[in-house]
Amino acid sequence: MKKKLLGLPYYLWCLIFILAPLCMVFYYGLTDKNGIFTFQNVSAISSPEHLKALLLALVLSLIATFICLLLSYPLSMILCGMKKGQNSLMVFIFILPMWMNFLLRTLAWQTLLEKTGVINNILSFLHLPELVIINTPYAIVLGMVYNFLPFMVLPIYNSLAKIDENVIQAARDLGANSIQVFLHITLPLSTPGIISGITMVFVPALTTFVISKLLGGSKILLIGNVIEEEFTQASNWHLGSGLSIVLMLFILINMALSALFDKEGEGSFL
Amino acid sequence: MSKKLIDLEHISKSYDGEQVLDDLNLYIKENEFLTLLGPSGCGKTTTLRILGGFATPDTGHVIFDGQDITKLPPNKRQLNTVFQKYALFTHMTISENIAFGLKIKKKSKSYIQDKIKYALKLVNLEGYENRMPDSLSGGQQQRIAIARAIVNEPKVLLLDEPLGALDLKLRQDMQYELIRLKNELGITFIYVTHDQEEALTMSDTIVVMNKGYIQQIGSPEKIYNEPENAFVADFIGDSNLLGGVMLEDKLVEILGVRFSCVDTGFGTNRPVDVVIRPEDVILDAPGKGSLDGTVTHLIFKGVHYEMEVTANGFEWLVHSTSMFPVGTRVSLHVDPFNIQIMNKPASEDEEAIPLEQQ
Repeated sequence: MKKKLLGLPYYLWCLIFILAPLCMVFYYGLTDKNGIFTFQNVSAISSPEHLKALLLALVLSLIATFICLLLSYPLSMILCGMKKGQNSLMVFIFILPMWMNFLLRTLAWQTLLEKTGVINNILSFLHLPELVIINTPYAIVLGMVYNFLPFMVLPIYNSLAKIDENVIQAARDLGANSIQVFLHITLPLSTPGIISGITMVFVPALTTFVISKLLGGSKILLIGNVIEEEFTQASNWHLGSGLSIVLMLFILINMALSALFDKEGEGSFL
Repeated sequence: MSKKLIDLEHISKSYDGEQVLDDLNLYIKENEFLTLLGPSGCGKTTTLRILGGFATPDTGHVIFDGQDITKLPPNKRQLNTVFQKYALFTHMTISENIAFGLKIKKKSKSYIQDKIKYALKLVNLEGYENRMPDSLSGGQQQRIAIARAIVNEPKVLLLDEPLGALDLKLRQDMQYELIRLKNELGITFIYVTHDQEEALTMSDTIVVMNKGYIQQIGSPEKIYNEPENAFVADFIGDSNLLGGVMLEDKLVEILGVRFSCVDTGFGTNRPVDVVIRPEDVILDAPGKGSLDGTVTHLIFKGVHYEMEVTANGFEWLVHSTSMFPVGTRVSLHVDPFNIQIMNKPASEDEEAIPLEQQ
């Protein structure tokens, strides 16, 4: 009884800040301006400009997730191979940027990448060709990778660190060479980490509007930007909510997939 | 006679400047159950890791069946290991675990199926093919680990304290199981443990180790009845360890009392260590034995009574089926062939745990 009471603030929090807004999203998304039930806001996703924004968001976030995975796996293996003291320092350095404000970091990239920004100044000083990636999809992917990389490293590192050294040795003992050990033992045992890493990078990347706004200029619209504009500029909460429901569907699919693989809750540390 | 299968020659190994093994020489015969026995840190596990290929000796050679395998990686060695904490592949079913080594060796499907059946039958776990390791008890997991190793038909099975995590009853059952397995398979077992009872029960040969040195190699009977030094005597079973002086052949003076014994060749008036097992001390009415004393402690142990008798300033540990209450005056007697005379340790290194007066 007492324990249940202790959970009360948390339940209240869930109710007010998670469940209530969710209900409002569904209410606005499934009604028109007169409060009459309609699927129009949801089916609006099929209009060409909305579809284009959704596809672009999907493609860019998938690319960013893939790059994060490529960078994170070897890094996590290196971290696991290090001695205790060394690797905690490395992990600390890696997480350090996460303690800085997300907006600030993205704005910093804007300054770095600008036509007359820091990077181009250095390049022109060295008589090297200019780097023109600001306001392109490349810059958006770069921003996504930079911001979300730690979310991929941590779960993969955790799952790799959990693998018992004896299990690896047992596989060696049974005749497996390094590649076979990796394919049959290390990789499958770290799959839960990979899956939660993918979820934790893919979901925020898919829904971002800040990164695309700051690094993509106003020309490149992702689905996140479209939704944001419906709320802030067009003041069409109904359409914004309807599109959000569609986006939520993709996130739910991703979550369901990850729940399928991640039975032990490796990603639950965040 | 069975021939030599493994030869460890002049093996030395140190970790972070600490000498773990110092010039170790040991040979292992075919079809032998050999146990490396010693306290933690004695170098027994390091020896096993060197045999398995998980550690490389700083100096020396490992000769296996006539070939030098010192630098060979574990996956190229004809021996398999059973790890202390089972080390099963938790993402695979029991049959996938057992099949792992065979699949790596690209054996045919029907061969693998037969082998899984055979191995599960051997360890009494038929019908567990599709279970996951996590759903098995500790003892069952250890059997699977053994099954996974033996399907590869290794010439030698290395076992690193495989029963350490099991409870007493299960451990005793598994000891018999391991002896049976070894006899059925007809291969060499090299077993590491710190449990002297386990070693005595199962082994053909026991290698007692301490501080990186081999203290004694011999059959369980020999190790128990004729320990070569005070460390071995103290580590294997309960014992009364006393200082004595060998007056001449077959006569030793202990605590000022002369005992006849059967040992010869120690010279005259030579200080020696003497071990007398508690079950070899015979209690009788005062004056009837070699020396008199008083019973100071009495514990019922089931099979026998354990008593402490103070006589001539020494607390004798005595196991007897007859009971003498605390305070009783008794006499102690030891038959000559139950007095084991040992040389004092030659150097500090050989000196084991400090000898406590019992």
